Amino acid sequence: MLSEEEKTEIQKETGQYPYPSAACIDALKIVQHHRGWVSDESVKDIAQFLHMSNEDVEGVATFYSRIYRRPVGRNVILLCDGISCMIMGYESIYEHISKKLGISFGQTTADNRYTLLPISCLGDCDHTPSMMINNDHFNQLTFEKVDEILENYK
Amino acid sequence: MERPLTQHIHSESSPLNLKEYQQVGGYAGVQKALKEMTPAEITNLVKTSNLLGRGGAGFPTGVKWSLVPMDKEEPKYLVCNADEMEPGTFKDRYLLEGNPHQLIAGMIIAAYAIQAQTAYIFLRWAYKKAEAELRKAIAEAYAAGLLGKNILGTGYNLEMNVHSSAGRYICGEETALLNSLEGKRAIPRTKPPFPAISGLFGKPTVVNNVETLCWISHIVENGADWFKGLSLTETGGTKVFGISGKVKKPGLWELPLGTTIREILEVHAGGMLEGYGFRGLLPGGASTDFLIEEHLDVKMDFSTVGAVGSRMGTGTMIILDDKTCPVAFLHNVEKFFALESCGFCTPCREGLPWVVKILEAIENGNGRMEHLDILKQQTKYMGPGNTFCAHAPGAAEPLQSGLNYFHDDFVSHINNKKCPWKS
Ligand SMILES: Cc1cc2nc3c(=O)[nH]c(=O)nc-3n(C[C@H](O)[C@H](O)[C@H](O)COP(=O)(O)O)c2cc1C
Ligand code: SF4
Repeated sequence: MLSEEEKTEIQKETGQYPYPSAACIDALKIVQHHRGWVSDESVKDIAQFLHMSNEDVEGVATFYSRIYRRPVGRNVILLCDGISCMIMGYESIYEHISKKLGISFGQTTADNRYTLLPISCLGDCDHTPSMMINNDHFNQLTFEKVDEILENYK
Repeated sequence: MERPLTQHIHSESSPLNLKEYQQVGGYAGVQKALKEMTPAEITNLVKTSNLLGRGGAGFPTGVKWSLVPMDKEEPKYLVCNADEMEPGTFKDRYLLEGNPHQLIAGMIIAAYAIQAQTAYIFLRWAYKKAEAELRKAIAEAYAAGLLGKNILGTGYNLEMNVHSSAGRYICGEETALLNSLEGKRAIPRTKPPFPAISGLFGKPTVVNNVETLCWISHIVENGADWFKGLSLTETGGTKVFGISGKVKKPGLWELPLGTTIREILEVHAGGMLEGYGFRGLLPGGASTDFLIEEHLDVKMDFSTVGAVGSRMGTGTMIILDDKTCPVAFLHNVEKFFALESCGFCTPCREGLPWVVKILEAIENGNGRMEHLDILKQQTKYMGPGNTFCAHAPGAAEPLQSGLNYFHDDFVSHINNKKCPWKS
């Protein structure tokens, strides 16, 4: 079931477009914002709310990389593996995070605190290596800097 | 030297608010365009200025606008492409975060020129700061009567919305972008019909890049001759160039179109970092052909870079140094393209993962000489004309030129059964 809050927010987005289904991506993002990810049940709820078929919503949900169809940890670390970050050594940052947290790309820590995912090019190419945690950007990463930043995400 | 696009951007402070931007002359172009000019006059002015689109393909902006049918009363749309996901590209982010009002002013005029009633900014998901600044600036513009109903008392109405995306590089391809704005999977559409005839929600639509739209107000204020005079080549204007990689001062600089690669690399980026040698560069993002030492004196402009077998693309260069393995470089780039393929066309969906597998094998010392023929053949299949959109041809560009310029490196990987850069 969509919450009243989710419904109000989705309703507001549909106002931007000539018909409700155009707000499908916005709706998925809204649900994910409230729940952390998009479950099968949420896909059906959105479909019903926007007068779409479940399959259409599922097709959209699985197309976009920033819609999570599986649960993620409380904090999502997106480490840039783009070419500019590769040249400047993102791989050693990856190994550092991976060893520290005991997870590889695509995994979540046992305490559900962090999920680690790759992302390509955060548009920070002159200050590489860079990453995002949730909605926050960090660049010119070093091992010490990464350690400090991770501490701030409980 | 004039730097019209970046003169009011100071990376250390927040962007100018509406009042501050108006005090330095911002929105003067909007006043002039809406009060003194007809839509056709604006389109003609932009045509005469020879403004070429800054999204990578260099299509003449005025020509694109002139394809929009103006004789019928129907909904029309202006879309700003702010998806910027091309690896190594970070110029639009700078313009969006640094001066959102410059973009909004340009968009009001562009929308007026095609008589669109609604405008969308399709923004890359990761650009959170840009999103906040844009939303703030748009709210200010509404409050001041520069957006909404009866703009500046002229009777012209325009609504402007920000759509923050949900990832995927292919969203930047303009017809895929339109599908995404409609809430669908971002799959490119067949052309024709072109968006100018049938675009968003099946209505006439113009899609332009951020940097392109940032120019419009300046051109209306200062004229086509002024714009042409800014560049060192035939094409008008300056360009926001950038460099990333092992150089002393990676960054962005607004310089005349036609500035040489050497000047950008050696003067503005300060040359290579101590201990690193130059081997090559991608002139305009990951989907452009490599250039090497002998091309350093080439002028950065669409036609001049095209003449030596590459593309200016987004004008943000990625430098390959002598301590980075070209095979590993290409493996990284092609893996990106393989992951981001929308899966519609066979050479792209099947060819790219094959290319990635081969590059990985070569990098790990398991390459064979016939692999090089397969790679070469794949770049042909992915080339122009075989796919729905330019994603696959873009992916082929660094690979075909890399195979050519770094042939010896490939052979050494294969013969010695290991990557020379790995100990
Ligand atoms: C795979 C692919 C990705 C693209 N990504 C972008 C992008 O992020 N931003 C952009 O402005 N243009 C991008 N383009 C180019 C657009 O299709 C289109 O040409 C451009 O937005 C038109 O604007 P302009 O005429 O102002 O250059 C991309 C093209 C392709 C094939
Ligand atoms: S070239 Fe690739 S990205 Fe473009 S339409 Fe075909 S499969 Fe999709």
